[in-house]
Amino acid sequence: MPFNTFKEYMSRQDVLAFAVLALLLLVVFPLSLDILRLNQVGKFLSFAFVAVGLVLCWGYGGILSLGQGVFYGLGGYAMAMYLKLEASSPENTSIQSTPGIPDFMDWNRITELPWFWVPFNSLTVALIAIVVVPAVFAYLIGFAMFKRRVSGVYFAIITQSIAAIMTILIIGQQGLTGGVNGITDLRTLKGWEINTDFASYVFYFVCVAMLFVCLFIAQFIRMSKVGKILIAMRGQEDRVRFSGYDIANFKIFVFCVGAAFAGIGGAMFTLQEGFMSPSFVGIVPSIEMVIFCAVGGRLSLPGAVYGALLVNIAKTTFGEAFPQLWLFAMGLIFIGVVLALPNGVAGVYNTFFARPVDALMARVLGRDKTRNTLTVPEQGVTS
Amino acid sequence: MNMSKTQGPFKGLTRRGLMAGSIAAFAATLMLSVPSWAEKPPTAEVNTTGLAVTDDTVTVGILHSVTGTMALSEEGSVQAEILAIEQINAMGGVLGRQIQYIQEDGASDWPTFADRARKLIRQDNVASVFGCWTSASRKAVLPIFERYNNMLYYPTFYEGLEQSPNVVYTGQEATQQILAGLDWVHREKGAETFYLLGSDYIWPRTSNKIARIHIEEHLGGRVLGEDYFPLGHTSFNSVINRIRLRKPDVVYAIIVGGSNVAFYRQLRAAGLDMTSEDFTLMTISVTEDEVLGIGGQNIEGAYSAMKYFQSLDNPNNEAFVKAFKERWGEDSVIGDVTQAAYLGPWLWKAAVEKAGSFDIDKVREATPGIELTTAPEGYVKVHDNHHLWSKLRIGKARRDGQFDVIYETEELMEPNPFPEGYQ
Repeated sequence: MPFNTFKEYMSRQDVLAFAVLALLLLVVFPLSLDILRLNQVGKFLSFAFVAVGLVLCWGYGGILSLGQGVFYGLGGYAMAMYLKLEASSPENTSIQSTPGIPDFMDWNRITELPWFWVPFNSLTVALIAIVVVPAVFAYLIGFAMFKRRVSGVYFAIITQSIAAIMTILIIGQQGLTGGVNGITDLRTLKGWEINTDFASYVFYFVCVAMLFVCLFIAQFIRMSKVGKILIAMRGQEDRVRFSGYDIANFKIFVFCVGAAFAGIGGAMFTLQEGFMSPSFVGIVPSIEMVIFCAVGGRLSLPGAVYGALLVNIAKTTFGEAFPQLWLFAMGLIFIGVVLALPNGVAGVYNTFFARPVDALMARVLGRDKTRNTLTVPEQGVTS
Repeated sequence: MNMSKTQGPFKGLTRRGLMAGSIAAFAATLMLSVPSWAEKPPTAEVNTTGLAVTDDTVTVGILHSVTGTMALSEEGSVQAEILAIEQINAMGGVLGRQIQYIQEDGASDWPTFADRARKLIRQDNVASVFGCWTSASRKAVLPIFERYNNMLYYPTFYEGLEQSPNVVYTGQEATQQILAGLDWVHREKGAETFYLLGSDYIWPRTSNKIARIHIEEHLGGRVLGEDYFPLGHTSFNSVINRIRLRKPDVVYAIIVGGSNVAFYRQLRAAGLDMTSEDFTLMTISVTEDEVLGIGGQNIEGAYSAMKYFQSLDNPNNEAFVKAFKERWGEDSVIGDVTQAAYLGPWLWKAAVEKAGSFDIDKVREATPGIELTTAPEGYVKVHDNHHLWSKLRIGKARRDGQFDVIYETEELMEPNPFPEGYQ
């Protein structure tokens, strides 16, 4: 057991932050929003998985990845491939030249299911692939980069180009991937309709539950010795190396965790939207995901969730109200956040509210000696 | 419930039901005898499924990209749909109700299209949606329209292989655009050898597949080459060299978007002159809108196969072009898809009036067989498969960016989204 007491795992502030988030996601939203909006919130939350992973990679490990969309896409496609195969039963596709394969393959004159599609006939394989495929891919990238001590801005550029390559690959191989259309028209999961209101409710709560699982894992990593080493690495990489740690392994580890989280997020999106598109894999969405993390505050796990929610809610609200102007409004908000709130929403909380809340809790519950949210060093964050 | 009970013969016949029935029958006879603009059936009758219909208004959705890479192409469709809605309103609206529209931005992003479609249908309860442009956006929203049962009027010419009861395809499917055009170039230009080009996605690939089968099996011609380029590709020199070496009678080009600009400029720079008799190029992807970007001097002499050109000479089109320019400015250019988008609201209006109801199921049932005699492209009729019967026209590109219409099929061509023998 790496933690002697619960307090070492979560400070009072952490418990409070998690509890407020849980209250918001599990009680306030479901009670106050209709199913259409709740489904939208669910989709926004799928991006929160990526942002939480980025808090670990970027906020703590100092690894800025501009290619998280790749992992989000891999998870999403893994889910979509399973659902597409289920939707492409020979009865449903009897009008095709080759019944039993997805419609887009038939249009591209492919007559046999490609080998890498075959395992996705099994839900178990698909569910494992959602986590494992992004993680293994991240491991390969991480192994190639970190072992050679590629870091900082070079790493960011390489991840970005991987995102570009991935998009080109998916769009170019349309017979195998659905191309620019993505994988569409997903209908059932084990015979259960996924486009009903009831299914939307179910998926929303599954999404929130999975998000909390990821948050608890992230919190565990953050407060464990690994988390401390990550912070040390971010500040002074050489000193950690000279102390005998293999820097690369820690970086690969945290990068893989971030990728696995992103994969789960992608799968949750596929389930809630009913299709997957290559438009999440490219450079622009990958950078957007970093923005979610930055707006929420890159050192705060719950902050990442709020960041993803806030940015997406703003995007939808502006988009619906001013179809032609919303991009400008979004741009202004981002500039404003970066200029005024370098540590995002969580930074505002830590600066203005954390102490009074602490004091209040101290009065009600007695003194708390582990105030971890406040003791995270804010300086030395580069890249 | 009550309504449906009285409809069955004597089933659950109550005195009140009988009275309501006879009143309805009386109202129906009354309605038949008065001109259409005076009709105003009560809302409860024309809207039994909770659509956004009030006593005075009916709300529809417009869903196109007004931001992002597709904005340039989709703008014309938005303008045409708004123009049609305004004209219908000026004539008294639909079933006595003025059309209001809610415009949403698909942002050239397919998941956003799906999200906004869901919002229009579920939250705004629109009575129908006019929108989408790329196949990808249509594929993204299609399950939503089918699941929540609403109507989409889709304006773009496309690859076919689809026939949804919840979509009315106001553009041509692939065979309508390809077969007659190839026949024409074979007959008039004596073309025997072809070189097929396309951007690399589903529409050009499917279209060239149909073209190749038609050339090889029906025209007895040969295909000398078939090449595809990624979207946004701008360097065509190597393929232009291959074309010069193999000397096809016709280059058949289905290149879309920004790639067009580079392609036609490089063709001209390479000395392949489309205004001369030795080199013939036919395209199904260049309308007046694309020529704006390509530049008239670069594409002069090319043949485009479409169902509509702005220069079409008929009274309907004259009135349409005039109204369009009055509403959206003298410099407006109207391409094939813009005209097809213009048909959407009119076809919907005709179907609603035929059905006597805004209910989606009734509108859908009324849709096959709808005719428009006022369409700018001429007479159109909706087929049972929800596509339009249409003519094919060949336009020869002029320097000023317009096309001379030099041929049109005599008969309307039957839409056939799943062509036998061409798959």
